[in-house]
Amino acid sequence: MKHIKEKAMKMLFFLAACVSIAAVILICIFLFASGVPAIREIGIFQFLLGTKWKPANNLYGIFPMIVGSFYVTAGALLIGVPVGILTAVFLARFCPKSIYAFLKSAINLMAGIPSVVYGFFGLVVLVPLVREIWGGRGMSVLTASVLLGLMILPTIISVSESSIRAVPESYYEGGLALGASHERSVFFTVLPAAKSGIFAGVVLGIGRAVGETMAVIMVAGNQAVIPDSMLSGVRTLTTNIVLEMGYSTDLHREALIAVAVVLFVFILMINLSLSLLKRREK
Amino acid sequence: MFKNFKKQWLAYRRDPKSFFLFFSVCLAALITILALFFIIAYILVKGIPNFTPDLFDRTYTTENVSLLPALINTLFIMLLSLLFAVPVGIGAAVYLTEYARRGNRLVQVVGITAETLSGIPSIIYGLFGSLFFVKYLGLGLSLLSGALTLSIMILPLIMRTTEEALRSVPDSFREGSFGLGAGKLRTVFSIVLPCAVPGILSGIILGIGRIFGESAALIFTAGTVAEIADSIFSSARTLSVHMYSISGEGLYINQTYATAVVLLVVVILINGLSGFIAKKIGGKNTDG
Repeated sequence: MKHIKEKAMKMLFFLAACVSIAAVILICIFLFASGVPAIREIGIFQFLLGTKWKPANNLYGIFPMIVGSFYVTAGALLIGVPVGILTAVFLARFCPKSIYAFLKSAINLMAGIPSVVYGFFGLVVLVPLVREIWGGRGMSVLTASVLLGLMILPTIISVSESSIRAVPESYYEGGLALGASHERSVFFTVLPAAKSGIFAGVVLGIGRAVGETMAVIMVAGNQAVIPDSMLSGVRTLTTNIVLEMGYSTDLHREALIAVAVVLFVFILMINLSLSLLKRREK
Repeated sequence: MFKNFKKQWLAYRRDPKSFFLFFSVCLAALITILALFFIIAYILVKGIPNFTPDLFDRTYTTENVSLLPALINTLFIMLLSLLFAVPVGIGAAVYLTEYARRGNRLVQVVGITAETLSGIPSIIYGLFGSLFFVKYLGLGLSLLSGALTLSIMILPLIMRTTEEALRSVPDSFREGSFGLGAGKLRTVFSIVLPCAVPGILSGIILGIGRIFGESAALIFTAGTVAEIADSIFSSARTLSVHMYSISGEGLYINQTYATAVVLLVVVILINGLSGFIAKKIGGKNTDG
């Protein structure tokens, strides 16, 4: 009797472990099964490289959204990466002990703020600010980039900080012993040694920026055309789905799922490069 | 103290590059912290004066824009999601740490899939939920569909934190239990899991934080009905979705501020709680 119970529970634990595998398989099956036929019907080149997204006229080109996602993510990295890495260096090597715990919990809090709250903040603060300074409608590539740059900060900071901390102390001490100042040994011996970890943090940040939806939708203007300047409105892959899913039918709906397939493939590539990075580290 | 400053200053004058590096590091940290505080302060200052009793009416109308129904729905969805995700997550972690052999293929595959799951953006979860739970399983736009979608989302989080907590339980505990004649199952339930409770709890709390903040995954699975759900099969909006919908209409800016305050306060409380538990774990480790 007892033996059976042990066996049964082992089986249950085993099944629980398989749930995450099943979830990934189900997600792949359902996304691809509903999205790929649409891509085939539209034509893969028409779909990926077409510059007109007009569902009413049966034109389904997502190139403007791919470019939009790319611009917004690149802009976010331009802001998030330098600030994030430097803040991580501060936390790991410069921060006085007395304020460390406080800063650390502040950064955890920053990671926990919901994206709608970020989006709303962007809408009521950043959008009017951009409109005042540079003119235009204020909902733009620039606004979305700044907001996303803020949102990916905690990811970049915490991953970079732990990889900077993982560098052996002897590197730093070696730098000091050769007569370098504290700053110079941190930046020219410790930081290069931590670069693969920092890079992993940046890649995670890219994943977050590409996948962010609700914050972007509130500040980006959402025009489905290729933006011609930093101040024109932009629509990303993610926001395209949310904007039109509610009222779409038939091919339009399937095309939106196909957009999610493209997004999913992007994210899988990012995940793959992350695990390759990790493997190289070992 | 003062002499040190002077010495440092002189060193910096001789070596401006070091000073520049020091300056930029401090500036970056300052930017990060100021940005966070500006966001929080701005929302609180604008939001708190907008709290009216209307906001906490039991029913939602376009006049009072009550957030109470959404708050209650959020609690329902949270409980339901945890009901699915916590047992599965803990069970999976128990299998991976206690039963599977080290270097087992399954362990590797589960690790990879969990990592994949935690990298998938919430909008894709939302679409998957609407294709699978809403359409294929026929659950419709409902609390249940939303909660099932969210439970897949937080599963990797709970699995990972539980796994870490279980691995930090010393092997001597297990050996002691076996030595006293307890079976594997008994060892897991009465020795290993109780020791790992704080770690598991901190994972659950982080999961709650994610559930509260989630909106993209819920719009197409749980829907946007602004009433308190009658059953787990009725459609309902959570607080984040509520905030998104009323901010889009442009008429309810004040109420949106107030809703943002509620969300922020919940997130701050959750973070405080998980920080507190983390400190407790840390404290215990240094004692023993």
